[in-house]
Amino acid sequence: MPFQPGCRRLMLQIDILLSALANGLMTGAVYALIALGLTLVYGVLHVINFAHGATLTAAMFAVWAAHDGLGIDPYVAILILTPLFFALGYALQRFVIGPASHGSDSNILLVTLGLSIVIENALLAAFRSDTRSIDVPYGFSVIELGNLFLPLPKVIAFFASFLVAALLWGLMAHTDIGKAIRAVSREKTGAALSGIPVEHVYAVTFGLGAACLAVAACLLMPTFLVNPRVGNAFVLVAFTIVVLGGMGSVPGALIGGLIIGVVESLSGLYFGESLGQIGIFLIFILVLLVRPAGLFGARA
Amino acid sequence: MTGSARLPILIAVIVLALLPLGATSNTLLNFMTFALIVALAAQGWNLLGGYGGQFSFGHAAFFGTGAYAMGLLQVRFGLNPWAAMPVAMLLGAAVGWAIGFLAFRARLRGAYFALVTLAFAEVFRILANAWAFTGAAAGLLVPLKLQAANMQFEDKRLFYWLVLAFVAGALVLTAELARSRFGARLVALRENEDAARALGVDTLRVKLAAITLSAGVTAAAGGLYAQKSLYLDAAIAYGPWISVDALLAPIVGGLGTVFGPLIGALALLGLGELSKMALGNLFGGAVPGIDLIVFGILLILAVAFAPRGLLGLFDRLIRRPRPAEGGEATP
Repeated sequence: MPFQPGCRRLMLQIDILLSALANGLMTGAVYALIALGLTLVYGVLHVINFAHGATLTAAMFAVWAAHDGLGIDPYVAILILTPLFFALGYALQRFVIGPASHGSDSNILLVTLGLSIVIENALLAAFRSDTRSIDVPYGFSVIELGNLFLPLPKVIAFFASFLVAALLWGLMAHTDIGKAIRAVSREKTGAALSGIPVEHVYAVTFGLGAACLAVAACLLMPTFLVNPRVGNAFVLVAFTIVVLGGMGSVPGALIGGLIIGVVESLSGLYFGESLGQIGIFLIFILVLLVRPAGLFGARA
Repeated sequence: MTGSARLPILIAVIVLALLPLGATSNTLLNFMTFALIVALAAQGWNLLGGYGGQFSFGHAAFFGTGAYAMGLLQVRFGLNPWAAMPVAMLLGAAVGWAIGFLAFRARLRGAYFALVTLAFAEVFRILANAWAFTGAAAGLLVPLKLQAANMQFEDKRLFYWLVLAFVAGALVLTAELARSRFGARLVALRENEDAARALGVDTLRVKLAAITLSAGVTAAAGGLYAQKSLYLDAAIAYGPWISVDALLAPIVGGLGTVFGPLIGALALLGLGELSKMALGNLFGGAVPGIDLIVFGILLILAVAFAPRGLLGLFDRLIRRPRPAEGGEATP
C-alpha cells in the first residue's frame, strides 16, 4: 500500500502530540497548585505576593535538603514541610509583611519584593548557583496507557494537585476559618466588626499559600531541578495563570494552570524551549491588556 | 521639593565633580561612575514612580533598550557614539511610550501595571538573548578605541564627569518638572486618580508623558553603561537587577523628591560594597548575593520605618517634629 508509511508517520505524530498534551496537563496541574496559593492571597488581601516564587524555591531546597541530608522521601516530606511552610507563611505575614506595610497595597508589593530578593539571595549565598536534583528509585518509572508512556511522578503530581485543591475547597467551604477567610475577602471592615480577627485571617491565608507551595515543591522535586533562581520561572507562570483565570478565582487557577501547562508543552514541541517561554509572557501581556479580569473573574 | 532647588543641585554637582580630583583610587572612581549611572536610571524611575505613583517593576526594558541601541548603532551601523546617545534616548523613550500606551489605555494600575512592565522587560531579555542581531547569548562587544571623539577616554575621570553631567541634567529636569503645571497634574493623579480626572486632568496623557520622559532618562543611563563597560548581554542590559536598583534607590533615598534617587543610589551601592567586603572577609571569600540580601532588607526597612526615605529621616532629625505629619496621620 502506498499510503502506509505516511499513515504510520501520522500515527506517530498523533502519539507525540498526545504525549505532549498529557505531559502539559500533568505539569499544568502542579502549576495550578502554585497558582492556587497566589490567587488565594490575592482573593483575600487583594495584593500580589511577590515573594511567592522565592518561597517555592526555598521549599524545593527544603525537599532537596531533607532527601540529601536525612534521606527523607519527597512524598513523605509533604507531611513535614506542609505544616512547616504554613507556619513560615503565617509568621511572615503576621510579623513582617503586615506590620511593615501599614495597610497600603503598594507597600505590600514592595515588602514582598524585598522578601523575594532576600530569600533568593540567601539561598544563593548558602547553596551557590549550582543546579541540584534528587535521585529517587521511581524517578524514571512510567505508566503505560495505550501508546502513551506517562512518568509515574508526574501522574502522582497530577492527582495529588487536584486532591490538595479539593481539600482546600473543603476547608474554605466547611470550616470556621474558611468562613472567616471568605468573610474577610468580601468585606474586611464588616468582618472585623463581627469579631473576626482580620490580621489572624490574613496570616492564615498567607500560611495556606505557603503550604500549597510546600506540597508543590514535594511533587516537583522527583522530576525537576532546583537552583536559587528557579522560582522566577515558576512565579511568572503562576502570575500568568492567576491573571488568565481571574485574580482570586480558585476554579480559574485550576483551569488556567491546565491551559498554560498544555500551551507551554505544545509551544515547546513546535517552537523549541526558549521561544516556548515567550509564548507564556505574550499570553500574560495579552490577557492583562485585553481582559485584565481574566476568563473567570468579574469585570473590574 | 519646594521653590529653588537650584542652589542645592549646584552644590551637590560641584562636590561630586571635585571628588576625583582628591581621590585617585581607580576602584573608587569606577564605583562612583557605576553608582551615578544607577542614580540616573533611578532618576528616570522616580519621574514615573515617585511623582506619578506608577510603580514599574520593569525599567530594565528602557535601560536595556538604551544600552543595546548605543552598542548596536556603533557596531552594526558605524554611528559615532555622540550621535548614537540621543538616538538611544529617543528609542528608549519610544519603548516607554509604547508600553505606557498599551498599559495605561487598558487602565492597568498598581500591581497590574507592575506585572505588565516586568513581563515586557522579560520578553525583551529573552528576545535579546535569542536574536543574532543583538549578539544573542554571546553578547555584544563594542570595540575599544580610546578617543574623546569616540566617547572613550584615556582619563577615566572624563567619563565620570560626563555621567555626572547627565545626572545634573536629570536633577534640573526633575526640579523644573516638580514646579511645573505638568508636575502638579502628575502628583494629583498619584494622590487620587479619579479626583484628578474629575478636576479635568487628562490622566492618560499625563501618564504617557511621564513614562516617555522616565524611559528616556533611564535609557540614557543604559547608553552610558554600554559605553562604560563596552560589553553587553541580555542578562546585564535587560536583567531584573536594574529594574530593582532603579526602584530601590528612590524608595530608600526619598520617593518623589529631587535628590532621593541620587542619595538612595549612593547609599545603597555603598552599603552593598561594604557588606561584600565585610562579609567576604568574615567568610574568607566572596559570598554571592550578599549585597542583594542587604538591598532587600533595606527595602523592607525603608517601607516599614522610613516612608519618606533617607531624606525624610534627615528631615526628622534636624527639624523639630511637626505636630501633624500629613502623609502618616491619615491611613
